Amino acid sequence: MADIATLEHELLGAISNAGDEAALETVRVAALGKSGSVSALLKTLGGLSPDERRTQGPAINGLKERVTQAIAARKDALAAEALDRRLNSETVDVTLPVREAPAETGRVHPISQVMDELTAIFADMGFAVAEGPDIESDDYNFTKLNFPEGHPAREMHDTFYFNPKPDGSRMLLRTHTSPVQVRTMLAKKPPIRVICPGRTYRSDSDQTHTPMFHQVEGLVIDKGSNLGHLKWILEEFCKAFFEVDSVKMRFRPSFFPFTEPSLEVDIQCRRDKGEIRFGEGNDWLEILGCGMVHPNVLRNCGLDPDEYQGFAWGMGIDRIAMLKYGMPDLRPFFEADVRWLSHYGFRPLDFPTLAGGLSA
Amino acid sequence: MKFSLSWLKDHLTTDATLEEIVDKLTMIGLEVEHVDNPAEKFAPFKVVEVLTAVQHPNADRLRICTVNTGTGAPLQIVCGAPNARAGIKAVLGLPGTYIPSKDITLAVGKIRGVESQGMMISGAEIGFNDDHSGIIEMPADAPVGTPFAEVLGLNDPVIEINLTPNRPDCTGVSGIARDLGAALIGTFRDRAVKQIKGEFPCPVSVTIEAEALCPAFGLRLVRGVKNGPSPDWLQKRLNAIGLRPINALVDITNYITFDRGRPLHVFDAKKVKGNLVVRRAQNGEQLLALDGKTYTLDNAMCVIADDTGPESLSGIMGGEHSGCDETTTDVLIESALWDEINIAQTGRKLGINTDARYRFERGVDPAFMLPGLDLATQMVLDLCGGTPSEIVVAGAVKIPDRVIDFPVSEVKRLAGLDVPVADIKRTLEKLGFFTAGPNERLKVAVPSWRPDVHGKADLVEEVVRIAGVDLVPLTPFPRHADAFKPVLTPLQLRTRKAKRALAARGLVEAVTWSFVSKSQATSFGGGQAELALANPIASELSDMRPSLLAGLISAAQKNADRGSSDVALFEVGQVFRGDQSDQQFTAASGVRRALARPAGAGRFWSSPAAPVDAFDAKADAFAVLAAAGAPIQALQVVPGGPDWFHPGRSGTIQIGPQNILGHFGELHPRALAALDAEGPLVAFEVILERIPEPKAKPTRAKPTLELSPFQPVSRDFAFIVARAIKAGDIVRTVQAVDKKLITGVTVFDLYEGKGIDPDKKSVAVAVTIQPRDKTMTDQEIEALAAKIVADVAKKNGGALRG
Repeated sequence: MADIATLEHELLGAISNAGDEAALETVRVAALGKSGSVSALLKTLGGLSPDERRTQGPAINGLKERVTQAIAARKDALAAEALDRRLNSETVDVTLPVREAPAETGRVHPISQVMDELTAIFADMGFAVAEGPDIESDDYNFTKLNFPEGHPAREMHDTFYFNPKPDGSRMLLRTHTSPVQVRTMLAKKPPIRVICPGRTYRSDSDQTHTPMFHQVEGLVIDKGSNLGHLKWILEEFCKAFFEVDSVKMRFRPSFFPFTEPSLEVDIQCRRDKGEIRFGEGNDWLEILGCGMVHPNVLRNCGLDPDEYQGFAWGMGIDRIAMLKYGMPDLRPFFEADVRWLSHYGFRPLDFPTLAGGLSA
Repeated sequence: MKFSLSWLKDHLTTDATLEEIVDKLTMIGLEVEHVDNPAEKFAPFKVVEVLTAVQHPNADRLRICTVNTGTGAPLQIVCGAPNARAGIKAVLGLPGTYIPSKDITLAVGKIRGVESQGMMISGAEIGFNDDHSGIIEMPADAPVGTPFAEVLGLNDPVIEINLTPNRPDCTGVSGIARDLGAALIGTFRDRAVKQIKGEFPCPVSVTIEAEALCPAFGLRLVRGVKNGPSPDWLQKRLNAIGLRPINALVDITNYITFDRGRPLHVFDAKKVKGNLVVRRAQNGEQLLALDGKTYTLDNAMCVIADDTGPESLSGIMGGEHSGCDETTTDVLIESALWDEINIAQTGRKLGINTDARYRFERGVDPAFMLPGLDLATQMVLDLCGGTPSEIVVAGAVKIPDRVIDFPVSEVKRLAGLDVPVADIKRTLEKLGFFTAGPNERLKVAVPSWRPDVHGKADLVEEVVRIAGVDLVPLTPFPRHADAFKPVLTPLQLRTRKAKRALAARGLVEAVTWSFVSKSQATSFGGGQAELALANPIASELSDMRPSLLAGLISAAQKNADRGSSDVALFEVGQVFRGDQSDQQFTAASGVRRALARPAGAGRFWSSPAAPVDAFDAKADAFAVLAAAGAPIQALQVVPGGPDWFHPGRSGTIQIGPQNILGHFGELHPRALAALDAEGPLVAFEVILERIPEPKAKPTRAKPTLELSPFQPVSRDFAFIVARAIKAGDIVRTVQAVDKKLITGVTVFDLYEGKGIDPDKKSVAVAVTIQPRDKTMTDQEIEALAAKIVADVAKKNGGALRG
């Protein structure tokens, strides 16, 4: 019995000392292998008396059992140690940067964003979006809109023209999106409710003017729309667009060839260190022109001004973008400087909705 | 249009405050731009007496003056004005005074080595008037130390209105007063003009040869006048609005120009040779005008000429030769009517803006031509004495007789505002209209000074602007019944989706000019004569763009020059193939430069930096096409593109050879060189209109999803093929082997180089086989694989890589 205890002591010691799986395997073979020490003891059982076997049997089997368990336990421990060692050597520097998502670095131009905002607002009021070509005829850009011959806007000084055709007519770059109104009236029977956003051109270039800019106009034609509706629509628009609870607007009589009566609209604001706040303050800022469509324009577009009536308005998209989002100058809109675009542009997933707030 | 408050009150009796008047002006359509009180504005500039003036030792044109400011020791002032001399009274700005019109603050300084302790100012320097010929000279009795504006009696607010072009009547103070009277801000005093009988026939006759340009011309001589400085009150009036008094005769014409909106001209009769003729100028004819400049005229312009040639540019500016000065004793006064368009065109062509042009191009009151002449005569007689001749009139004054049939319900119909008929009639009558007929349907006669009023809508405007646009009630505007339909056209939807899709790939949206230079247009497939502007603003903005790429490439290069080398830009916008509306298309285009790759721009620690390549551009093109709704499966990619692309590293995206949707690839080095741009640079351009419209579907439901219960099998094949064989063709060959079972073919490796013939390449594809109704046996899969290998061998000359 003393032998068994000694052997167990020796074996368990060797197991716990085994530093790796190979050493442990050596111990296992030396103990439990064919000619291992425990196997040798087991073989002695056959030559023992039943009495001896009764005592020695459990002792030797117990030894085998404990050694086997000890080896298994040691094996697990060695595997765990090895895993720990491996993992400890497998570190990454988590402070290394990751790539910014393209959707975070890409930008939508403020003009596109504001056009989407305008569409959201006016679609909710039942307006469709109408478009037309940039290259227009004199007739659609001026004559049908009641510009008299000799009006200064028709001069080469103000309007970009193309060279005359053999028949003497010459095309021009539209100076406003009003020709789209003409096209709409000629193509569709009232009731009409459209907005007409687009690029427009004037032969003008200085600090505050660029030869190309963007306008949005609105047109309503039916049998009952009057200045009161126009005022309501524009006030609703300003509240929605500038995202303020209330705006104070001032409608001033003015003059445009294509509307009668004509009005200019100022919006009350407060200017503070280059920032403009709407709905407060004592300054008036002109934001748009509007009026009842001139009877001559209706007539020129095949509508009887005693039967049909309506109103139109127009404003600069670039300008209202500047007012809302605080760009100080117009020229950089068209300079494609990525520093400006990244700063003033919009993330592609920031899609303006009325449900979520236009700029939310 | 500028006027002072006291001037207004000549024509308007009112107790209203300045603020009330200003607010009312704006609200009736006469928008007030500025209100200035010169006495406040010019308060720091005080009268001084010049004691001595000696030549500056170091500068011919400068003098060193000592001036008495009324307090303390005299100051030393260096002055360059020709009229700076001892004994005069002048106006001084002390150090620390801010001059807004020049945005400078005066300081003690040394001028050519001599200290100057202030500045004697000219009228132009402080924006008082336009006189920059010398320093302001004050009357000899002006008290030293008093603000000069106070001495000149300029404590009178000056109102400037931004006059719309349709209101010639308000180019005169009296017209403005009439509007205010209608708006009940006071009582308009209609100051009738007394007719003056001539005492002898006018010795100078007038012949109108250019009848189209001059409907009528009135002329009168006043003999024996004594010209000189005009009286104080008149000088103050003119000074207040920034006009420099010249002499009584000239000042009278300027006064009536502003008082009544009636420009006049005075000739020194002794300098006029023979009779006057109103005629077209001869081409090349010259006139030295009153502004001291010589203008070269052409026969589109109208002049008033005597026997020696043009004496005046009709309705715009008089000639220097026959102008009136202190020696004038006989004066010819002209009051005429001119063609508005011709005046505007002549003024624009010659670059002359005068108070006369401002009024004649808007259209002066024809009925006031002769009363204006009488008013001027009366003032000449009052201020300069003399004897008037009879008036000669050439041509005929035609006064339009316009009567409008005006159902007063129009006010409510168009403006949504209820105005009592009595108020409508009162407003129109106070504005000078005559009304007659039954209350509900008035006959309204338009006064001669309102050429802008033609119809019912114009009368509605008159009524509403005077009643107050702010009274028009806000009226909700409900949507109509079918308003829930989408409002965007397919192209509009494509455009907005294209923008978001490209931005989501990390590209930044630019908006570049619609016009490019002729050479850029030509390099990118355009340059047609019909798309060249006749009057471009600059030679680099002369032609409508055929492509967005020229603008984007130039923009990318500019960004690189500024230090942003790795830029990815896109634009979705109009391109032009011709000048008709169906020749304008919407392109979605983008460029990527240097290291601006889709995964991220610039160098990055985890992978070696590789420049953009044609496949980045291809990926962008496909992303925008997919977002815009193109049928991706139906798109074919064929090698090559237009001339501005690298011939071997570009592709064309098409649905059959007839419908080309766009291109992508590396730019041709010559195209880059033409734009002074450097690569590496890749680009794409697709035309959104070319995407076929999807078929309308009856429902929004998506097709049923079929999920196979059987495990898909993946097999890899590496083929050795000739280098010229296109991977896309191998993929198509494999797909065609069994269109039901083979659900995916992906190229996952491409290898050229060591171990492979130099004229061959290895293309490896992963094929996904999706069993449909049962699990496939090994033999079935092997049979399919063998067919794939055989077909690629047959169609593409490929051999399995060993």
